[in-house]
Order: sequence, then C-alpha cells, then structure tokens
Amino acid sequence: MKSMSADTTQRVIKAIAKVRHVPPESISPDATFEELQIDSLDGIQILFELEGEFGIDIPDDQARLIRSVRQAAEGIEILLAAKQSSQSGAPS
Amino acid sequence: MRKVAVTGIGVVSAIGLNREEFWQSLAAGRSGICPLEGIDPCRLRFRNAAQIRDFRPQDYFEERQASVMDRFSQLALAAARQAVADSNIEWSPELRRRTAVVMGCGVGGKETEEQSTHTFYGLASDRISPVAVVKGMPSASTSWIAMDQNLHGPAFTITTACASAAHAIGEAFWLVRGGRADLALAGGSEAPLTPCLLKAWESMRVISPDTCRPFCRRRSGMILGEGAGVLVLEPLDRAKARGAAIYAELAGFGMSSDAHHVTQPCPEWAGEAMRAALEDAGARPESVGYVNAHGTGTLANDPAESKAIRRVFGDHTSQVAVSSTKSMHGHTLGAAGAIEAAATALAISRSLIPPTANFQEPDPECDLNLVINSARPAEIECAISSSLAFGGLNAILVFRRAT
Repeated sequence: MKSMSADTTQRVIKAIAKVRHVPPESISPDATFEELQIDSLDGIQILFELEGEFGIDIPDDQARLIRSVRQAAEGIEILLAAKQSSQSGAPS
Repeated sequence: MRKVAVTGIGVVSAIGLNREEFWQSLAAGRSGICPLEGIDPCRLRFRNAAQIRDFRPQDYFEERQASVMDRFSQLALAAARQAVADSNIEWSPELRRRTAVVMGCGVGGKETEEQSTHTFYGLASDRISPVAVVKGMPSASTSWIAMDQNLHGPAFTITTACASAAHAIGEAFWLVRGGRADLALAGGSEAPLTPCLLKAWESMRVISPDTCRPFCRRRSGMILGEGAGVLVLEPLDRAKARGAAIYAELAGFGMSSDAHHVTQPCPEWAGEAMRAALEDAGARPESVGYVNAHGTGTLANDPAESKAIRRVFGDHTSQVAVSSTKSMHGHTLGAAGAIEAAATALAISRSLIPPTANFQEPDPECDLNLVINSARPAEIECAISSSLAFGGLNAILVFRRAT
C-alpha cells in the first residue's frame, strides 16, 4: 500500500474538529477516538462529514473498524483508490 | 383501585392486516421483512423494511376522508375500528363521554410533510396543500379515532420516540384504573417509510443491510416497519359483567428516564422501569414467564437490554422466556409499544410465546432464555412488554393472565 498522504490525514482531522467543535490543532494524527472522547453519536457525524468531504460511501461494516485518526485516513485512501479504479475502468 | 382488562385488539402490520393474521404470523415465526417499494434503491444503502403491502385505504374509508388523512392516521383508525369491533362494546352516550383515546406517534405525518417540503423546495412551488397541517400533526390519529367513534373523554397523543405507544397505553391504563375514564382506546401508529426519513435512518448507521436478528451474535441492526396497534381497555369487573372475552389483565405500568445519552441505552434505568412496572402491578419478578423485549437487533441495544433483564430478574432470569417480535413486524417506532403489547397479551391468552425470528447464533453478551425461530407453548402468569426509546425514555407494561 502507498504511504498515506498528509493531506488526507489533515482533512480527517478537520472533519473531526468540526463535529467535536474543537480546533484542528488540538487533534493529533496519532490520536485514538477514545482519547478524543468520540462517542457513537460523534462517530456517525464524523463518518457523514468524511463521506461528504471525500465523495465516498463508507460502508457500515468498515466504519465499525475505525477507531483512530490513522485508521480513518487509511480506510479513506483505500476507498478513494477503489473509486478511482472503478471510474477509470481499470481492473481491480 | 380497579383492575383493567384488555377486551379488544386491533393490529395493522406487515405480518397481518388484522389481529388474527398478525397472530398467525407471530405463531409461525413468519417475518414480514422484504425489499422496500416506493424509493429508488440506488438512493438508499439498505434494501429491506417491514412494509405493509396490501393495505388499501379505500377498503376502510371513503375517498374524501382518506384524502385528508396521512397514512399513519389511516393505519391507526383501521386498527381502532378492529379493536372496537373485537371488544363487542355496546356504546351508550354516557360511555362515549367517559371513553379516552390515547395514541402514541413518534414521527407524525411524514408522508404529508415530505410531500410539502418537496413541493416548496424541490419544485419551487408555493402551492402547499391546505390540509397539510391537519394531516401532518402527530395528534391527528387520536382526533380521527375520537371523531369516528364519537368519543368525548380524555384524548391526547404521546410522543416518546420508540416508546410512544407504550407510554400511551400506560397512561390510558392509569386513566381507567383510577376512574378518570371508564374505557380507553389506546395504542400507537407510525408510517415512517418515507424517503427523507429512510435516508436519515441510514445516516445513523443502525439499519441492517439484510434483516433483523435480535439478540443474535450476527445481528447487524434494526429493520424499520410501519403499522398500528390499538387495545380496548376497560375495568375488569365491567368486562366480566358484560360477558366480554378478556385477553389479559393490564396490570402495571412503569417508566423511567436514563438521563444518560441520546442514543446509547442504559441498563440501570431500563431495569428501574421494569421494577417500577412490576411494583405497579403488585407482581413478583418470579411470576413473570415472558418478556417481549424491545430487542431492536442493533449492536448497542440488545446487550444493554439483556443486562437490564438480568438486573431485574437475577437468578430467575433463566426461567424468563424472552423474544423480540421486531424480527417479524420490524421496528414500528411510535407504534412498536402497541403492536408488541398486542403480541404480549395474545401470548398470554393463547399460551404460546412468539419467537425471535431470523436467529442464527447465540451471543454471550445476550445470555437469556431466548425463544428462537419457533413459538414455544407456555402457561404464562405475567408477561412484560418493554419499550426503550432513543433519548433514554423507557416504558414498561405488565400483563397478567385474567382470573
């Protein structure tokens, strides 16, 4: 897998900051959702923001596995890559 | 205080358009969950709901009347008429004056509301229906039942999300028990399968991609349903005096608020509502043979509810049969408490516990005496119907075999 772009991580942090109403600088790329005190209600709002931000659908079963900023960014990159390959018609 | 009897039951649901069809489906463990009609599948991530396919308003109402009622009111009035017919009640002017109507409704007239919104925003038209207000108001079902049956006693609608109908039946029960009313039509109705609301539920990520499997390790969420349920409640001695068929005694009602979280359930306070209901009924936990659980099939609800049941029943837990009939009629939100109260009263009267359908594999976190996939014969002394709403609003009804 390619190394993750800093840009994706920053956009994830921005989405979390928006939902949590905290400054993005306060969120470390290494933070877990538990450390950020993200509960289930925050979680569904963050997923909603991320889907809008990146133009992707995050399936429920994958969403449940996301427990940190890093896992969110990694999952999104995979979904973005899948979207790109399906749009360009390239074999997966 | 008077004892209160259930002498009439009306149900309109995805597993039956009347009480008997509904019961036959429950007894057979037959689910009404199937692919949704009326929304473009490409615009929705889940496919299935417990949708009522064969309800034709023209079978119940004149066109002119049907056109001024939202679907949730149509379902409610159809169920109310069934319940009244079932009870064989003979109306007198005095009884009509002393009869209450208390209905639950979680979301109101969504069909009407979404159509108006589409007209204004989507079509940029200023032509909003002159009956949008009276169709959309959540209390409309109560008004239609009162008008249809010419009833003049206390009449109101309770809205507590998924516990609405249980709160409604509980309050009506207290009105009759306390002598404030001599009869009550109580229940709930909901028609929530409208596109915007379906999308809102989708965003919450609590809807199963396939079906509803309460208390199962492979559960993946709830399945939305539509429907209505209405019970006829009257003093037990009067029911006996007129020779009415009695399904069960409605013996107790308890409520509590988690005061905790808007979506996360809280076993402690759900348990407190159960305790309060049993106390109200004067029933020992050991007398309870069946719990018709809230059992939504979500990851969060079922283990929390299992804990609540264990808190209340302790060592007796293994003796209490538990099932969630939502696996068959779906989660009908503001109607759930009524449809499930009907299932609970019928379970007592027919000595048969309807199962949790679609069950595949036990979950150690839901370690209960579950009735799975096929009904279980049982002589039940007392049974509980649980409703645990979003926002932590809990309502519990206790039914007892009528003696």
